[in-house]
Amino acid sequence: MCSVRSSKGLAACTTTLMSIFLMFSTNAIALEKINDPAPGWDRLWHEVVVDITILGVVFAFITFYFIYKYRRKDPNQVGNPPKLSPAMALGWALIPGFAFMADDFFLAANGWKLWNDYRRVPEDRMEIKLESGMYSWDYTYPNGAQTRNEVRVPAGKPIMLRMTSRDTLHSHFIPDYRVKEDSMPGRVTYLWFYPKKAGTEHLITCAEYCGIMHSYMVGKVVVLAPNEFAQWYAQEGAKVAEKKAAVIDKAVVDTETEVLAEGV
Amino acid sequence: MGKVLKEWIFTTDHKRVGILYLIGSIAAFAVAGITALLIRAELTTLGPTITDNPANYNVWLYFHGAAMILGFQIPALTGFMANYFIPLMIGAKDVAFPRLNAFSVWLFFMGIILALLTFVVPDPPDIMWTGYPPYSIITAGNTALYTFTVLLIGFASILGGVNFLTTVTFMRAPNVTWNRLNIFVWATCAAFVIQLIFVPVLGTAVTLLTFDKYLGTNFFDTTTGGDVLTYQNLFWFYSHPAVYVILLPFFAIIFEIVATFSKNRIFNYKMVVYGGIIGIVLISGEVWIHHLFVTGMPDWLRVGQMVTTLLISVPVGFLMIGLVGTLFRGSIDWNKTPMLYAIGFIVLFLIGGLTGIPNAIASLDLHISDTYFIVGHFHYVMAVAGTFGIFAGTYYIFPKMTGRMYNEAIGKLGFWLTFIGTNVTFWVMMDIGIDGMPRRYYDYSQFPQFEQAHQVMTVGALLVGAGFILAVFNWLQGAIAGKKAPDNPWGSKSLEWTTATPPPPGNWPEVPTLEEGWSPYAYEKS
Repeated sequence: MCSVRSSKGLAACTTTLMSIFLMFSTNAIALEKINDPAPGWDRLWHEVVVDITILGVVFAFITFYFIYKYRRKDPNQVGNPPKLSPAMALGWALIPGFAFMADDFFLAANGWKLWNDYRRVPEDRMEIKLESGMYSWDYTYPNGAQTRNEVRVPAGKPIMLRMTSRDTLHSHFIPDYRVKEDSMPGRVTYLWFYPKKAGTEHLITCAEYCGIMHSYMVGKVVVLAPNEFAQWYAQEGAKVAEKKAAVIDKAVVDTETEVLAEGV
Repeated sequence: MGKVLKEWIFTTDHKRVGILYLIGSIAAFAVAGITALLIRAELTTLGPTITDNPANYNVWLYFHGAAMILGFQIPALTGFMANYFIPLMIGAKDVAFPRLNAFSVWLFFMGIILALLTFVVPDPPDIMWTGYPPYSIITAGNTALYTFTVLLIGFASILGGVNFLTTVTFMRAPNVTWNRLNIFVWATCAAFVIQLIFVPVLGTAVTLLTFDKYLGTNFFDTTTGGDVLTYQNLFWFYSHPAVYVILLPFFAIIFEIVATFSKNRIFNYKMVVYGGIIGIVLISGEVWIHHLFVTGMPDWLRVGQMVTTLLISVPVGFLMIGLVGTLFRGSIDWNKTPMLYAIGFIVLFLIGGLTGIPNAIASLDLHISDTYFIVGHFHYVMAVAGTFGIFAGTYYIFPKMTGRMYNEAIGKLGFWLTFIGTNVTFWVMMDIGIDGMPRRYYDYSQFPQFEQAHQVMTVGALLVGAGFILAVFNWLQGAIAGKKAPDNPWGSKSLEWTTATPPPPGNWPEVPTLEEGWSPYAYEKS
């Protein structure tokens, strides 16, 4: 929550600064470097898998070597361990302890760096609201356009979802973009992803047990070419405006009728 | 017959209480194992396979998780093993409060019966073993059944904790000093310390859940000012330390078995006890947020507990070095059923423990959280490794407990089936988890590419099931018709093997006299 609130404040502040800056340079946004977390995830994953494979193989090798080397050859044989002096005992605790700790901090530092990519949303982004419910994903675009179980996005634009839920817990999981975050009633969470290739579709699936039909809560990200998206977006926007106008007209007519009725 | 039954029901003998715990937990294990096979059968093909109703599947998932953890692992380790081993290992005639001990096992049986009612009541709980609100509040399923099961078994465990901490503190035989205790005694005491600190938190969480559902309070109901994440925090504040309540005793029983079958001392005993066991206790309460990495908790908390979670590798590393070091220059009799399970345990625990590292890294967890990778990981590190610990320990103590030998060939066959089946099932599970297969899915029509992997897992699960059935059959057969066992078939130096077989009430005619400097692991002196 805290993070969402502070980044909101930060966002508002930066947007103001940006708009001033924009008056002088229209290229400012294009210059911002976007750290896409998805390839970052693949890189770190690979690094960690190499790390744990080495550790596992070393331990397993030593174990099986000992079992083979020191197998019992005579039924009365007992163990013949070397005596461990206090200094050696301490060394056997401290040296591996610090080695493990060094590896932990190394991995934590890398993890933290990637974490920042996941949580710091680029300024040049499109914000879409998501309300999840049993069992659908409902998106609302800035211009009021609404979609269900399908989020259309322009290629080359970071997409941020601000999420909440109207009933139980859900988790908006897009495996292709290596990201998920829970959506919950009474709280607003966010995630972002970076669609690059127009014409692709990416599965969205629910990852937090939300009820009987949990496994059927599916949607997709549809990546469109920017001009194609702009066309669709304008169309939807026009529809929303039309609808709004119709609603206002109807309200006006209703009020007039009421006034007339009261007058009579 | 009636007399024997009465003797068992009113028994206060720690060994009989222990055996009652074993019977109850194996019963829970059997039913939870059957639900596991039902789950696997359902997932064999895309779409509905053995049931058309996802609700049935969700009830199996609930029962499998809740019964395996609360009804099988915790009671088998801190009920059966603690009861059977601890007084014998410290040279005590019984526990400090024998009648409290008997009360505790009957509370546990009530809990098991309540859990089994899941298959009888009209609206069984379908809330997973975690019981997250709001679903657990709005579901038609019977959340109260879950709450009372947790409370009964939790109370049983608290009584056990009070009992054993008192017993170990005050009833050690002369010259059984703290620094010469069996690793198992240390680890189980540490597990009970964790239980006494954290079980009340779980009790609070599930009680508030019931209040919300049935009495209209709003602790977790956001529409009236509650907060959904409070429950998850309380739940995991207990349930992550609970992993160590399971891990410490099963790791320690493997230490006992490896020391006995290598006829060797524990490598760097003080590192294992003060670094490994105590280290885990100290760190256990500061890592629960790693279960909430994708819930939008504050960033500083998620990053902070990523670091503490990674640091668990230090005490666990000490335990691992101690275990492998105990093999060094030993006299290893590897081809006996308990030792095979112990070696299998080392392999499973290495895989499970090391795959915990990517889970601990918060940013990697954003992709793998709530996928089959997590399920594969915790089955390796806790579920199956723990079960291997329990089976190894039961085979190990079997000749002392029943006075008879089990069948070695059937024991080994059971081990190999289980070991191979486990790896087939859970390795594949982790693999498709990385590709995005989410957990708790009744159907996976959006992932048709995983159908074959699911079929492989089902075959693996059947192997695991066959192995476990063989083991339980072997125990029943051995207890009734096995060969007579000698007093100390494994040649152990530990105190529990010095009693008559099976040990009579009171264990020894007189308190064992031990010379100063005695150790349960002093093999090289003889």
